[in-house]
Amino acid sequence: MELGFGAAYEAFRAEVRTFIAAHWPPADGNVKDPAAIRAFRDACTAQGYYARAVPRRYGGSEQPADIVKAEIIREEIRRADAPAEVRDGGITLLIPTLLEWGTEAQRQRFISPTLKGDYRWAQGFSEPGAGSDLASLRTRAVLVDDHWVINGQKIWSSYAHRAHYMFALVRTEPEAPKHEGISYLLIDLRQPGVTIRPLRQMTDQSEFCEVFFDDARTPADWIVGGRGQGWRITRTTLKHERGSLSGLSWTDSMLRGLIRLAREMRRDGQPAIDHPTIRAELAAIEAQSMALTYSTYRAISMTVHGQEPGLFSTMAKIASTDLAQRIAKLARDLLADDLLVMDGPQRKWIDRFMISLSMSIAGGTSNIQRNIIAERGLGLPREQRAGEA
Amino acid sequence: MNFLLSDEQVMVTDTLRSLLRDACDPRQVHDIIDRHDGFDAELWQRLVDLGVPGLMLPAEMGGAGLEMIDLALVAELLGEFAAPVPFLGHVLCGLGIRLCGTPDQQARWLPALVSGSILGTVALGEGEECWLPDEWQVTAGDRLSGGKRLVPNAMAADLMLVGTRQGLALVEKGNWTARRREGVDRTRSLEDVTFHEASVALLDRVPEGVTRLIDAAAILLAADAFGGASRCVALATDYAKLREQFGQPIGSFQGLKHQLANMALSVEPGRGLYWYAAHTWDALPGKAGHAAAQAKAHLCDAYLQAARDMVEAFGGIGFTWEHDAHIYLKRAMFDWAWLGSPVRHRLRAAQLAGW
Repeated sequence: MELGFGAAYEAFRAEVRTFIAAHWPPADGNVKDPAAIRAFRDACTAQGYYARAVPRRYGGSEQPADIVKAEIIREEIRRADAPAEVRDGGITLLIPTLLEWGTEAQRQRFISPTLKGDYRWAQGFSEPGAGSDLASLRTRAVLVDDHWVINGQKIWSSYAHRAHYMFALVRTEPEAPKHEGISYLLIDLRQPGVTIRPLRQMTDQSEFCEVFFDDARTPADWIVGGRGQGWRITRTTLKHERGSLSGLSWTDSMLRGLIRLAREMRRDGQPAIDHPTIRAELAAIEAQSMALTYSTYRAISMTVHGQEPGLFSTMAKIASTDLAQRIAKLARDLLADDLLVMDGPQRKWIDRFMISLSMSIAGGTSNIQRNIIAERGLGLPREQRAGEA
Repeated sequence: MNFLLSDEQVMVTDTLRSLLRDACDPRQVHDIIDRHDGFDAELWQRLVDLGVPGLMLPAEMGGAGLEMIDLALVAELLGEFAAPVPFLGHVLCGLGIRLCGTPDQQARWLPALVSGSILGTVALGEGEECWLPDEWQVTAGDRLSGGKRLVPNAMAADLMLVGTRQGLALVEKGNWTARRREGVDRTRSLEDVTFHEASVALLDRVPEGVTRLIDAAAILLAADAFGGASRCVALATDYAKLREQFGQPIGSFQGLKHQLANMALSVEPGRGLYWYAAHTWDALPGKAGHAAAQAKAHLCDAYLQAARDMVEAFGGIGFTWEHDAHIYLKRAMFDWAWLGSPVRHRLRAAQLAGW
């Protein structure tokens, strides 16, 4: 058992650290300069740190899969507070899909500008009537000459109002069974037939949008995979979303923030962190975070050695969600009076308190995650769902 | 990073698992708890023959010279099978002598503990949740007087390692009187002991050795808790696949599915935490106190909750004496309370984290 990374990996870590130190922060110290951020990310790609899974001919750095190296890169970037690899839907979901299912023309056309951030993507999966039961979606596309004509509505599409394109699931084979009538289309959002309406969230900010298609058009060859293959394609794509390890670093930084908050806030005339109830709950949260961290390390080690991590791999998402919500609850206890006002010093914790709720919804609700743990992890009988054989 | 068991570790756990499947069948555990007069001597002998008591002790004492992670894996399996054996007290006695004993004391006692020719135990508690070295009031000089409480297998033990204000002290059989307690967990009996001017041998005064012994105890309890809690999840899940109501297995109902998923979710990630705690004991001693306290608190809480949830999943049959559920529930209560409750260990962890 070895918790360190071993000599070869530590040498790699030193190399990454040296590289980052030479490139960040920028010479003029302006860490907010978009051009500098972009230049840093390009340098990281050229060095083989970013876009590792993407072939060079599409603008990636084409490195052999090595999740330990990937983790070391993430850790060092975080330590240096340098610009992290862009992890939006285009990069985490679309590019792997194009690499697996796309045509050569699609890869040439879309991957490189997406990596550079020139093309931003929105995901078009959910609909008002199709949430957890995604396959019941009704937005339809009909092939008219050399274009698909699209009508319908998507919802919960994050940052669609700033995106250039959408990767969407639409029904192209209305006569086929539910799961076999869906295709995966790429759609230009900046056209007359598309209306995008940002939804105002409970945080009073707008991230996700409604997107309406009213005879919107997309070229016939902007379909990924064949007609009716959209569902199969998406099953592989969503696996990328749920399997990501990035949740760990997020909960870790939340926990560190929570400890700082407990030191800042006061309770009974003393720092809240000295209060036994607060202290014990903070320690309990830390233990839960440690359990998640080291079980993830175990899962990584198993994957590297070609073993199947089993039960734990079905629970990584909900485990992060539960931890984030427990952190949010203790933050709520710490805020006390500050929970009442949006103009107080702890505004960001009020946002986090609310945002933690969205984690149990986005990317597969926690109740759906529990079904996955029960059925795939524990082997309990599958529920019979309408429309399934 | 290679946070995995070695091939040898997998082999040892496989061997032990098949031994326990054979020699620690639930019916045998029920026999022991119904007789309520001690541990399963035959099973203990088989564990001794396998080398369990000497796993972490040096080769020159007859041991295997392995690490805390190896011993913790054994504890996990014993927890999984609710093994009624005097493992905890015996291995902690040997480990304490290893950590703090003089060369003479080690040479005198360790080979006998390894071979199982004597049974050892540890006396840590003093009542009112005083378990830890800075709380010990019993004083050892030339002689030892006073009391210790909730000592595992004190009546059967030949050698007792006693926590005192002067550090760890060894007392031999015949120098204490033991009062049998009506233990909740009948797989691990507990006695209160009294010393009257007892003949005693102090170990070297090595405070960090005493601390490491306490950390080891916490880690072994956490590992036992993980094994037991995993078994609770497995038992409840298996039952949900078999038991039918409304014409279908109850495990197909979403309400129960989610209960079982939540159980698994509160238990399974704990494996990484107890592995980590054991690994720090072996490789990162500066972090071991904190990690061991966190593991004890987290895993023992999770075990007790999982055992309660299991009873609920079984329904009425789970509340009966002949069912296995109460064996695990009571074992979980032992793990939870022995050496101090989760909250106490969390407050210790907070202090060790520098909060």
